[in-house]
Amino acid sequence: MIEIKNLTKIYSGRKVLDDACISINSGEIFSVIGPSGCGKSTLLKCIVRLIKPESGRILVDGKNVVDIDDEFELAKIRKDFGYLFQGGALFDSLTVMENITFGLKYLTDIPKSEYPRIAREKLALVGLEKAENIKPAELSGGMKKRAALARAIAAEPKYILYDEPTTGLDPITSDMILGLISDMAAKLKITSIIVTHDIKLAFTISNRIAMLDKGNFEISGTPEELRRSSSPVFKKFTDDALSSDVQGRRHDLEVKHKQY
Amino acid sequence: MRHYISEGVGRRMMSLAQKMGAVSLMIKSLIVWSFRAKPETREIVKQSVRIGVDSLSVTILTSFFTGMVLALQMGYTSKYLFNEPLYIGTMVAFSLVKELAPVLTSIVVAGRVGASVTAEIGTMKVTEQIDALYTLGTNPTRYLLIPRYAAFLITIPLLTVFADFMGIFGGFLVSNIKFSVPSSVYWNDIFTFMEIKNFMHGFVKTFAFAFMIVTVSCYKGLTCEEGAEGVGKATTESVVTSMVLVMVLDYFISAALVAVGLI
Repeated sequence: MIEIKNLTKIYSGRKVLDDACISINSGEIFSVIGPSGCGKSTLLKCIVRLIKPESGRILVDGKNVVDIDDEFELAKIRKDFGYLFQGGALFDSLTVMENITFGLKYLTDIPKSEYPRIAREKLALVGLEKAENIKPAELSGGMKKRAALARAIAAEPKYILYDEPTTGLDPITSDMILGLISDMAAKLKITSIIVTHDIKLAFTISNRIAMLDKGNFEISGTPEELRRSSSPVFKKFTDDALSSDVQGRRHDLEVKHKQY
Repeated sequence: MRHYISEGVGRRMMSLAQKMGAVSLMIKSLIVWSFRAKPETREIVKQSVRIGVDSLSVTILTSFFTGMVLALQMGYTSKYLFNEPLYIGTMVAFSLVKELAPVLTSIVVAGRVGASVTAEIGTMKVTEQIDALYTLGTNPTRYLLIPRYAAFLITIPLLTVFADFMGIFGGFLVSNIKFSVPSSVYWNDIFTFMEIKNFMHGFVKTFAFAFMIVTVSCYKGLTCEEGAEGVGKATTESVVTSMVLVMVLDYFISAALVAVGLI
């Protein structure tokens, strides 16, 4: 479980996060929505302490990560996290296989001989079986996102943080990524935190959604609760995004997950 | 008017102090992680090979022609002054070993490899690859900085020794072919006057140059601004700063080495 309490982060005198409070339960898919620049990515980076907030607490399974400054200790906390960066952030100088196994050396005690098997297993999960010896520069945007997702889950983390997982992708690839996130949570029982401004994505796969506005959580709840919400800020942001095709897609996924 | 000038100077001093502080913290982190984690041997070898391969041909060309031009100038000058080409080997060897080979090699590496280190780390920063290192259980100091520091500290001194030999050989060709100085005279001029401490004078400096170049290159990469423009700007600043600092550092280290008897 992750609890965020009174979190404040200031950039150049501007409060990006202002006394923000929210809890994320284990095993759920939790989406944070909000307009660009509202502090969604900052929130994710604070959770894994890539950024140190000015004040507040972030309790990861009861341990406050804000108080930890030692890189060794932080590395231990980060072992529980996988992170899908907006642009993938694959290492250009390494092949897809090397990218996926990169974290295993630092995050796990798995013997080196096991690395290729794990990498192939994760690549199969994201549908990139034939890309293991390719450099990231030769991959398309969607393939990069999928390879990055394979890297994020390679060490089998408890939590995965997704930073705008569908931004810049065509609708078909977006749909594929969306399916992968959903499958990953269902199969591996991972807690997923997604920050996105893609309302359809959030309403399609999330168990709970929170909207970040002016540094604080304007509203949070299940997709159904949010649909019934009368918050003017939320209404303005979502507007016509909640169309009927989302309901259809959500139903498909629910049917699929019952099979697991 | 005076107010604006003093404000400008004050701001620059503050900025300089901040940069010095950031560099100190980077070096502190480097020392801490050098003892805390096992070295990335594969990366050290990869970076050393890269620096060597990238810089070897340019180093050879630069030092070879520098040796040749030194011999040419010395030959004509001594012929003009004494009516015969005297001490060409001595002058070529002393100039190269003590000053020109270390300085020119460092400048070549700063321009060739320092720039690419800044561009590489800068690109990694703007594409969140540096953040990815943290989330994958390591950090830029351990994975990027330590191997590059090790590689620079190994290769620049080695390249300099190579440059010493190539330059002296270039000088030999000119003195022998152009001024008909017998090879025994050329080599005798060198070995009669040159001592190990003369060689060490130049060799010791290369470690300081290597440390400075890699510090500037890594720092500029890690602190570069967002976007392609930020990376380009950081790369240019890295090369210019390194080259200027090689010259400045050269004087002060030479003075210090002379003071301790390493003439």
